[in-house]
Amino acid sequence: MHGRTLLEHAQALQAGEVSSVELTKSYLERIRVHDGSINSFITVTEEQALAQAEAADRTRSAGEAGSLTGIPLAHKDIFCTRGVKTSCGSRMLDNFVSPYDATVVERLKAAGMVMLGKTNMDEFAMGSSNETSYYGPVRNPWDPDRVPGGSSGGSAAAVAARLAPAATATDTGGSIRQPATFCGVTGLKPTYGRVSRFGMVAYASSLDQGGMLGVSAEDCAALLGAMAGFDSRDSTSVDHPVPDYWRESAQPIDGLRLGLPKEFFDDRLDAGIRASVEEAVAAWEGQGAKPVEISLSNLSLATPAYYVIASAECSSNLARYDGVRYGHRCQDPDDLEELFCRSREEGFGAEVRRRIMIGTYALSAGYRDAYYGRAQRVRQLIRQDFQQAFEKVDVIAAPVSPVLPFKLGEKTQDPVAMYLIDCYTIPVNLAGLPGLSLPARPVDGLPTGVQLIGNYFDEARLLGLGAAWQRETDWHRQVPPEFA
Amino acid sequence: MDLTADTVRGIAQLARLRPSPSEEKRLIQDLGAILEFFAQLSEAEVEGIEPMAHPLEVEQRMREDEVTEPDRREDYQAIAPDAREGLYRVPAVLDSD
Amino acid sequence: MSEWETVIGLEIHTQLSTRSKLFSAASTQFGAEPNRQACGIDLALPGVLPVVNREAIRMAVLFGLSVGAKIRTPCVFARKNYFYPDLPRGYQISQYELPIVEGGTVEIELQDGNRRQIDLTRAHLEEDAGKLLHEGYAGESAVDLNRAGVPLMEIVSEPQMRSPEEASAYMRAVHGIVTFLEICDGNMEQGSFRCDANISMRRKGETELGVKVELKNINSFRFVERALRYEQQRQVEALESGQPIIQETRQYDPAGDRTRPMRVKEYADDYRYFPDPDLLPVVVDQAMQVELAESLPELPQARRARLVEQYALAADLAAVLVQSRQWADYFEATVEAGANASTAARWITGEVFAHMHKHSTEGVEPPVSANSLAQLLKCIDSGVVSNSAAKEVLAAMWQGEGEAEAIIEARGLRQVGAGADLDQWVDQVIEAHPAEAAQYRGGKDRLLGFFVGQVMKASGGKADPKQVSEQLRARLQKD
Repeated sequence: MHGRTLLEHAQALQAGEVSSVELTKSYLERIRVHDGSINSFITVTEEQALAQAEAADRTRSAGEAGSLTGIPLAHKDIFCTRGVKTSCGSRMLDNFVSPYDATVVERLKAAGMVMLGKTNMDEFAMGSSNETSYYGPVRNPWDPDRVPGGSSGGSAAAVAARLAPAATATDTGGSIRQPATFCGVTGLKPTYGRVSRFGMVAYASSLDQGGMLGVSAEDCAALLGAMAGFDSRDSTSVDHPVPDYWRESAQPIDGLRLGLPKEFFDDRLDAGIRASVEEAVAAWEGQGAKPVEISLSNLSLATPAYYVIASAECSSNLARYDGVRYGHRCQDPDDLEELFCRSREEGFGAEVRRRIMIGTYALSAGYRDAYYGRAQRVRQLIRQDFQQAFEKVDVIAAPVSPVLPFKLGEKTQDPVAMYLIDCYTIPVNLAGLPGLSLPARPVDGLPTGVQLIGNYFDEARLLGLGAAWQRETDWHRQVPPEFA
Repeated sequence: MDLTADTVRGIAQLARLRPSPSEEKRLIQDLGAILEFFAQLSEAEVEGIEPMAHPLEVEQRMREDEVTEPDRREDYQAIAPDAREGLYRVPAVLDSD
Repeated sequence: MSEWETVIGLEIHTQLSTRSKLFSAASTQFGAEPNRQACGIDLALPGVLPVVNREAIRMAVLFGLSVGAKIRTPCVFARKNYFYPDLPRGYQISQYELPIVEGGTVEIELQDGNRRQIDLTRAHLEEDAGKLLHEGYAGESAVDLNRAGVPLMEIVSEPQMRSPEEASAYMRAVHGIVTFLEICDGNMEQGSFRCDANISMRRKGETELGVKVELKNINSFRFVERALRYEQQRQVEALESGQPIIQETRQYDPAGDRTRPMRVKEYADDYRYFPDPDLLPVVVDQAMQVELAESLPELPQARRARLVEQYALAADLAAVLVQSRQWADYFEATVEAGANASTAARWITGEVFAHMHKHSTEGVEPPVSANSLAQLLKCIDSGVVSNSAAKEVLAAMWQGEGEAEAIIEARGLRQVGAGADLDQWVDQVIEAHPAEAAQYRGGKDRLLGFFVGQVMKASGGKADPKQVSEQLRARLQKD
């Protein structure tokens, strides 16, 4: 049963071949058996899942089921879930049981989906390897010595190991797309403003965007339809119509101009990954797409600009964790200053503290213009580069990560080296564009991926290209042997 | 980039963090490396470029002036480290605002 | 003293009278139990987001238009970062580089009738912090976040005031504007209208500003004047004895009538302002500006001038009436309902205000409507009831006993004019006091008052005193 895509589960449920309770139980059982080896879940909500599954089955018997009713999924532990611990991978929120649901959680619940649990992640989504979690690292289902990518490493590993048919995730600088490629699953980061951020614990507000990880592009399309849309509680949510992504993803490719930015294919890129990406591009060419070489000349500045902006925003966003109203509070503080400082020092891990420090510095008097101000201007240049590119092409194809999944501990001593892993995903967040990560031909038995970048709100086109390629290939269908 | 221990301590104070001496040493080194990495931003030609605070050029939407939030004090204080008689408690704040 | 020039600038914080908070839909009502009006957004739960209250924007624009300022569009909300237990997010959402109101002027009038224009630097929107309670928590402090997120408009003046009197006149003028615009309830006891005052001294003729001292959180017109006068004196004494002024924040202590330095924080704060990425630029479109410009009410100064002109009121009575829009409206409604303007002005600023104070119902509607008051005042002017009896009638009306005429009848307070009754009382009194009558006739005119008093007494206060003295004069003459 776990070999199916989300849409195949939907068909099976509709045909009455399986009930939601059966399906949910089978995934809970897989989590019980397999999660010990990959640590992809922080919380498994078995009781609630079964109750939701029963409710879904009743809805179906009443003839009121929608296309997603009764399908299980996992939520990244960054989304607030009422009555369920929402830790964000941090000791700071280890005791935080959210009193409310995030909009994304609410919408998927309303669509009848069943929550299996909350997935592991880099602490406050700050990390590219899922090694900064308070709950320990997630391991890559393809090779337990390697990282699954981050920050949505738990969601990606859970989907790759088929412990959940799909999972929600978030992407601030590549946190959906990079783990997707490291784990061999499909992941979509929608346009900034497409999916509500309400109830999604903030890392860097102007960059964070909710999305999902699934087996196929079509699965992502189905989920996006349920997650996307205007939310009056999020000022940055955009009031833009939500198309039927599932249907629109079937549009023709003939004549589509596919941009290949030369800066993405530089010497940082692993040769094996390059070959896999080129194979994917060739396949789209075979379906009628026209490759066009383009240039995004300010690309090399994207990574430093991103880390200035993200750190600055996070230093302010994480100021609310002060030990007063919720979350970790240190034992017996002598005075108020100690309550603040020690609660925060103890509650946050090393990478989070590092980014808070760097962001505080970048905003402080005398440095604000040189760092934050300049990074915002560079951000503008990068957006302009993309805008000019989209005058010439319809979609951009690129690698997701310059490197293959690396070994645990390999890069933890060198923060800058870790930051550079996201150099191909970060520019997309700076511009606020949608990006799709698709599994491509593995290299040395390890997953790789190709990234499609679209113009604003052009998710359907990306999903369509992805679905077209996935109809001809089966990389997305591959399951790590131990989890088959 | 030369970061002094004093600077690092000053930033830690602003951020309400309290690194141990060994942590502090590590931070001087790491932050120094990160700032060096940031230094390439100074190469950018940004003369006349508007700072970009936001990915989308959309304006703020406004909410009507209605009270719709119910009183959920008990729910909210159930997750508080120390709340009594409806009030959050903290060590004595000495200076008056 | 005479060789020193005082330089004062004010930052006035007005709490805007919205129903809900600036960025959340929690209530702003005063006096709720602690933390009952602090929702998830006010508590800064993980993942919550702010959304701007349209009414707060509208109110700020209204203020800007009323003082002839420029409305900046788009304006931007920024984060002011600092840690404090009453600040849940660890930053205050305020406006920094791009405030909603820029410039503008406020006219002030001094005791001697002189007028001056004070320029405004800006007015911006920000959220209030919560409240810290220190007393009675066993060595701890307690945090109430009901006030967190309540909208404030901070109005910043240029340092153009030259005396404590001007500062207090300015504060009154701004108070008048925001209450007439009905964007602030003006309640100073509850802190809805308070100010910080910056004061420095320099030798006359100098153009450089002296070292300034900031006086925090002053919530009365009287106190601002006293605090500044104390500070003026203190600074001049220091300067003349060769001591430097320290740039600091001080607090006024009304009991001791002096200012005291506030506890200095151990380190300087660096607020690290940056545009709030959770909020977008706020655009005030032309349509909103035009609509609000058209809806601007008459402001206190214009209204006072009109009251003097239209109703021939004394300037001081008009000034008292325009201290609040409520009373200016009440006055005009009373006149509209048929009362004589000067009687109405006297009665409202006299008896009605006295009742309002006695029942401490400030800010509340008087229980006697303008229309009911007008009926009573008409009775006075037409001689139906005496002035003193009318006071009794008003007191009864205040207690809800009904309309003026009904009370006059029920209590038998109708004034008795010329006629049999009056003749009888006059006769009785003259007969009862033959000696006094003889003295009067002998030229002791001031005894008339005595006779009037006796007749009034005999009539139980119902006689019309004018008629009484006429009758008495005639009768005492006759013999």
